[in-house]
Amino acid sequence: MQENLQIKQHGVEVREESFLQGVKDCIPTLLGYLSIGFAAGVLGKTSGLSVTEITLMSLLVYAGSAQFIIAGMVAANGSASAIIFTIFFVNLRHLLLSAALSPYFRHLSPLKNMLIGSLLTDETFGVAMAQTANKTYISDRWMHGLNITAYLNWVIANIAGAFLGQWITDPQKFGLDFALPAMFIGLLVLMMVSRAKVAVDIVVAVSAVVIVVGVSLLTSGSVGVIVATIIAATIGMVVEKWK
Amino acid sequence: MEVRWSILLIIIGASIVTLIPRVLPLVVLSRIQIPEWGMRWLNYVPVAVMAALVGQELLMKNGEMSPLQSNLELLAALPTFIVAKLTRSLLGTVVVGIISIMVLRFIF
Repeated sequence: MQENLQIKQHGVEVREESFLQGVKDCIPTLLGYLSIGFAAGVLGKTSGLSVTEITLMSLLVYAGSAQFIIAGMVAANGSASAIIFTIFFVNLRHLLLSAALSPYFRHLSPLKNMLIGSLLTDETFGVAMAQTANKTYISDRWMHGLNITAYLNWVIANIAGAFLGQWITDPQKFGLDFALPAMFIGLLVLMMVSRAKVAVDIVVAVSAVVIVVGVSLLTSGSVGVIVATIIAATIGMVVEKWK
Repeated sequence: MEVRWSILLIIIGASIVTLIPRVLPLVVLSRIQIPEWGMRWLNYVPVAVMAALVGQELLMKNGEMSPLQSNLELLAALPTFIVAKLTRSLLGTVVVGIISIMVLRFIF
């Protein structure tokens, strides 16, 4: 087993799973990152944050949803504890993403896993998962290439948005806000076509949509995503067992 | 070009609560053997979470359900889904999505 892994890593797959390949596989998501990052920068600026604060925020927080919340709550004079608490709940879904990726990084040290996890986003997760068909592990170099490219683009887009934010009043006019749902749609479809479980996947996806709407109406959107993910994945697990 | 202390505090706090859920499962779960049913469950998490995010983006607005008859996002999702299925290209999907919503907002 150990030997097999060695051969795989140093043999044929080296070319396919290099750092550079990870960079290339990130390219399709860049337009999404640029537009959302740009919007986050513009929004940060209009809510009164300085360019330095926006830059620091994109570097350290590196999460679109969290940054939108900070901008919104700072503008509304929210307290630091309320802002941090809200962001904690919104980003709890990363627990599930990180857990779902973990079986593919068993061959790595805890430190390397930490590096990979610290730059994990919905999009890099989606790209990585769409690549996992018929694979038992993901190359850490490839993952770093993907992660770092996404990260740099995010930070650059935020800074650009922060600078140009003073002149842009309506980013919605250009449809840029739709880059995020469009990217999620692309990632969802790519994941589903990359594995032969379409019937169960459709059941899971439809359940997730119904549950997220129901729960979001009763509580809040971030709780909705977490609850929907947990229940819909359980439905998938049970339905698969039946068949 | 300044950084206020109050903002710095928010940024640091936010980055900690964002970092922990990202890192913890990867570090811990990759060390232990996950049971078979756990793996099967994890297998459906990606589709479930993406579908939930799509559903929320398309159907909800400010904590309420967007009225179906005026939901341009849902309408724009249709060509977006079709292009994703046909081309399997993420970039193509995003571009078609943006153009679709732009055209729809221009018309309506």
